[in-house]
Amino acid sequence: MLIAELRHLFHRTRVRALLVVMFAIPFLLAVAVKVNGGPSGGNGPTFLAQVSENGVFAALAGLTVTIPFFLPLTVAVVAGDTIAGEASIGTLRYLLTRPSGRARLLGVKAVTTVAYCLAAALTVAVGGLVGGALLFPLGRVISLSGTSLSLVDGVGRTLLAAVIVGASLLGLAAIGMFVSTLTDVPVGAMAVTLGIAVLSLILDAVPQVAFVHPWLFTHQQLAFGDLLRAPVRWNNIGKDLLLQAGYVAVFGTAAWARFTTRDVLA
Amino acid sequence: MAIATRGLTKRFDGVAAVDGVDLEVPAGSVYGFLGPNGSGKTTTIRMLLGLIDPTAGTWELLGHSMPAHAQDALTRVGALIEGPAFYPWLSGRDNLARLDAAGPDGQRGTRPARIEAALTRVGLTAAAGKKYRAYSLGMRQRLGLAAALLRTRQLLVLDEPTNGMDPQGTREIRNLVAELASEGTTVFLSSHLLAEVEQICTHAGVMSEGRLLTQGTLTELRSEGGSRLRVEVDDPVAAGPVLARLGLGDIETEGDIVTAKLDGQPPEVCNRDLVQAGIGVRALSVERPSLEDLFVSLTGEGFDVAR
Repeated sequence: MLIAELRHLFHRTRVRALLVVMFAIPFLLAVAVKVNGGPSGGNGPTFLAQVSENGVFAALAGLTVTIPFFLPLTVAVVAGDTIAGEASIGTLRYLLTRPSGRARLLGVKAVTTVAYCLAAALTVAVGGLVGGALLFPLGRVISLSGTSLSLVDGVGRTLLAAVIVGASLLGLAAIGMFVSTLTDVPVGAMAVTLGIAVLSLILDAVPQVAFVHPWLFTHQQLAFGDLLRAPVRWNNIGKDLLLQAGYVAVFGTAAWARFTTRDVLA
Repeated sequence: MAIATRGLTKRFDGVAAVDGVDLEVPAGSVYGFLGPNGSGKTTTIRMLLGLIDPTAGTWELLGHSMPAHAQDALTRVGALIEGPAFYPWLSGRDNLARLDAAGPDGQRGTRPARIEAALTRVGLTAAAGKKYRAYSLGMRQRLGLAAALLRTRQLLVLDEPTNGMDPQGTREIRNLVAELASEGTTVFLSSHLLAEVEQICTHAGVMSEGRLLTQGTLTELRSEGGSRLRVEVDDPVAAGPVLARLGLGDIETEGDIVTAKLDGQPPEVCNRDLVQAGIGVRALSVERPSLEDLFVSLTGEGFDVAR
């Protein structure tokens, strides 16, 4: 059932289109740097300035520009659709009477959503690596601490950064799945989920509510950059993963409690 | 019993949509589940299949107590609930494959063969590769039936299976149901088409405003409505008391025609007594009530929305 569900998700035109865009963003970023030259003196997103020196940084710059908005948007679309999408076209009642079992169906949907988060972030990284490799020289990667890393090490750290970016989307994914169990209207679930993501970003930008900042699921979303330090600083990455695990536990349980007891009228 | 419920009740916001229903669907029967729109048929079906939690009552499916053993029971139940529902962007065949993969007891090896068999059975082989989006209502209905037939089922729950089908398709479905029943599958069928139910069902139950008004074999139900004697005589005024002496009730006279409820009295006895009383009998017939007559007498309405 899991394999069938994964195939079902990644065969959808919508998901494929999102992944194409995700591949294209860092690629276009690399093209823009090639055509116009890099930003001068610390302007623009992190890592962008280094792209012209080393193509690997196109991937990292791509992750930096997509994590605040575009990646959460696509996660909201996929997670918000999980249950509400099946309910809206009526297939939910047939899946449940097949019988797939409510907890099992939710579990399978959760695993495919995790797979999507990882695939999305990795697609950004791969798009950046391909674009960077085609347009710029590749070579030893200068870490943020100024030390020099081998290319293999640099690429490895970039892919690991993508995995961590994927993992840092899981809190939002769990919220999206919970919202999806509340309604039969997938667009509503997507909008609410995205709204929550934006709200978290806004709160994170308001210093007056600094006391909630450590609890926002978007707060540590740029922590993946610490992988490019030597030695790697795991402190914030660890905090991020712990925070995401907390959100997954809370909203995953809420989604389970709701979905296993609700009346399916759609 | 393939389906047995005790006091099955569902209240939505305090209003009982289904109220104390005791269904008894014997194994091997073709059970017609009748009732006007809004009478609680679909809510009952959804409760039977575990989609809705009853407010009160207990039920068993194929001898498994529900909802505790839902997985065991439902693997042996095929269902068509409130019309078919599939992914518009997948073909009919891919839709069946996905649904089949979405449950336990994979039988992955036999899947392609089972899908083709089900498609053939509902006459959809030619359109199996088309996207569901392009299907007509009748084709969608057929695909829904194919989904219910993907596996060997002991019970089929079919909610309005001929909805949207042309007369030819309706007849095919009727034959299909008869064929399945002859193989020993219990069929629980909700329908608006009383004539259709009358043709293929062995049992029936009538719902109205959330209550099960009556159920039983078709023969029992028909006799419940009571056969009526209809005689055309030369002396209707004298005929009335003769029939009354035989115990016939509800005697009505209209011109030369007298009708009365037989209540088990053989019509030939009525004829003999009429003739012996010197009354000339020109014509005599027994009118059995159709299911529709019974239905209207029970629910006091046609197929209007009850509430």
